[in-house]
Amino acid sequence: MTSTGLAPDADVGADARASKRPRHWTYALKWKGAAFTAPFFLGFVLLFIIPLGYAVWQSLYRERAAGSLGLSGTVTEFVGFENFADVFEDPKFWTAMIRVLVFAFILVPVMLSISLAMALLLDMARRTAVRFYRLGFLVPYMVPGIVAALMWIYIYSPRSGPITPVFDGLGIGVNFFASEMLWISIGNLIVWNTIGFNMLIIYAGLLSVPRELFEAARLDGAGEWRIAWSIKIPHVRGPLALTGMLAIINLVQIFNEPVLFRQVSPETVTKDFTPILFIYNQAFNANDYNYAAALSVVLALVVGAVSFVYYKLANRPAS
Amino acid sequence: MTATKTAAPNSTRPRRGRRKPRAAEDSPGGHGQSRASQIFVLTGLALFFVYSVAPVWWLIVAATKDQRDLYASAGVEGLWFKDFNFVENLTQVLTYDDGIFARWTLNTIFYSGTGALVSTVIALAAGYGISKFRFRGRGIAMGFIVATFLVPGMLLAFPLYLLFSKLGLVDTAWAVLIPSFINAFSVYLAKVYCDSAVPDELIDAARVDGAGELRVFGQIVVRIMSSGAATIFLLAFVGSWNSFFLPLMMLRGSEKWTLALGLYSWAGKRVETGTDLTGLVIMGALLSIIPLAVFMVAMSRFWRSGVTLGSLK
Repeated sequence: MTSTGLAPDADVGADARASKRPRHWTYALKWKGAAFTAPFFLGFVLLFIIPLGYAVWQSLYRERAAGSLGLSGTVTEFVGFENFADVFEDPKFWTAMIRVLVFAFILVPVMLSISLAMALLLDMARRTAVRFYRLGFLVPYMVPGIVAALMWIYIYSPRSGPITPVFDGLGIGVNFFASEMLWISIGNLIVWNTIGFNMLIIYAGLLSVPRELFEAARLDGAGEWRIAWSIKIPHVRGPLALTGMLAIINLVQIFNEPVLFRQVSPETVTKDFTPILFIYNQAFNANDYNYAAALSVVLALVVGAVSFVYYKLANRPAS
Repeated sequence: MTATKTAAPNSTRPRRGRRKPRAAEDSPGGHGQSRASQIFVLTGLALFFVYSVAPVWWLIVAATKDQRDLYASAGVEGLWFKDFNFVENLTQVLTYDDGIFARWTLNTIFYSGTGALVSTVIALAAGYGISKFRFRGRGIAMGFIVATFLVPGMLLAFPLYLLFSKLGLVDTAWAVLIPSFINAFSVYLAKVYCDSAVPDELIDAARVDGAGELRVFGQIVVRIMSSGAATIFLLAFVGSWNSFFLPLMMLRGSEKWTLALGLYSWAGKRVETGTDLTGLVIMGALLSIIPLAVFMVAMSRFWRSGVTLGSLK
């Protein structure tokens, strides 16, 4: 069960079970089993499949002003892939996309390394200390994302926060809202907000390493660091790959933090700073739903492609 | 760091080897450590602890200050108390705009609680169905569930908004509740947990005894899965407590808002109207953490065991 595969793997067992049951059960059981999943899949179709199809459908249309009067409303006409052609030539969208991709590829390794370090340290600590530290590490997870962002903005702020004056005292002038610092500021608050939960998942993975392995390694003369590197880390590859993938998907869709930073420094965080921010403004400020739909579809394809590549890389057989 | 790493001597190790059973009992993964590496471990833990807790400490301290003191004590002083104005700040938050803050709190509890409860029940049923029954399309169903982890939630949000506005659901509680009912990740967790925790023999035995399928599910499966269900509920609850984008899009009237939306609008007032509500936002932020913290500590026995989280591998 240490594989990173998310795919179901219990089919064989279920087959074997089915053959042991009385024959007249199996047919009825199929229907009953399907019935248990019905509420979920009904909702799934309504909230996932239909909106997805609707987005694709919308992206193939465009609204044009009807006639010369302007006030007489608009007509919606089928334009095929014209919206997509526009998306591919939209420099603002791709700038935003590259911005978040670069951000994700720098931040995710940092995030995972810190979570892994916390989990490993926790695993090495005495059991009496574990409870205390684990609760402390989970404090950031108890802070909702928006609240965390607001809080860090006040902490970064030179007017109310503790950090900037301290840096000033050391002779280092830092503006956390300047364009060259912005991603570091946002990255730090995201790391702070997420490491606790990632640590918990990795730590749960570490607890499942058979303890006899450590004893055996120690008898062979391996030190604690060697054990961590050669036994513990390989054992949590799965949780690491999974948390990394979920983090990438979330970071490419980053919205909350830029929106809040935009309140503080609108000149640095422009209205098309990240893909989702750009889409949001297309839909709700420019009222161009069709173009927003095309943008969303392209974004989903990019996210899908990135996750696929990541998944393939993360699941390479260990050399 | 590297110096300490290489300096892990093994002087104590031979002795430890002989005390194997006891040592394995009282220390999880890393007994047999030298003094140097113990100090390293404790230092590392302490540093991460400070990083995790210090910002919240600052928030707690800041919530006790009036706005003038807050700005006057920027810098290191911000980490310690000045005049104690906690009660004044609290009354200010709770009475501002006819007590809208309490309204937002109740809304958030209602949206998160209802959403998490319904989605957990739906997920348990679906996870059980996929785990224990063979039906056509079961493999495809599981594939769909995993694939939805990859679909950006934001992609669905816009078309969902358009659909809901056609149905007249925008700016009603339903617009926030309905999407939270269906959670593919919960179903995945429920399925994995059901695979490992619910023995087939038990289900078959109950059937032989004449229990109907609903009864098997309600009285046996749900009970066995209760700690897994608690974890699923917890994760769903935290997820919808944290949600911001969907409510931002769907809800117009401030009386339906969530805490996150309300605090966001308070923080934005400075830019929009020039009213500085920083003091209110800080107190509100602190208050908004409390219910979630209490809830998580109360449920800690479920996430602490790591039963369900461990199955993520």
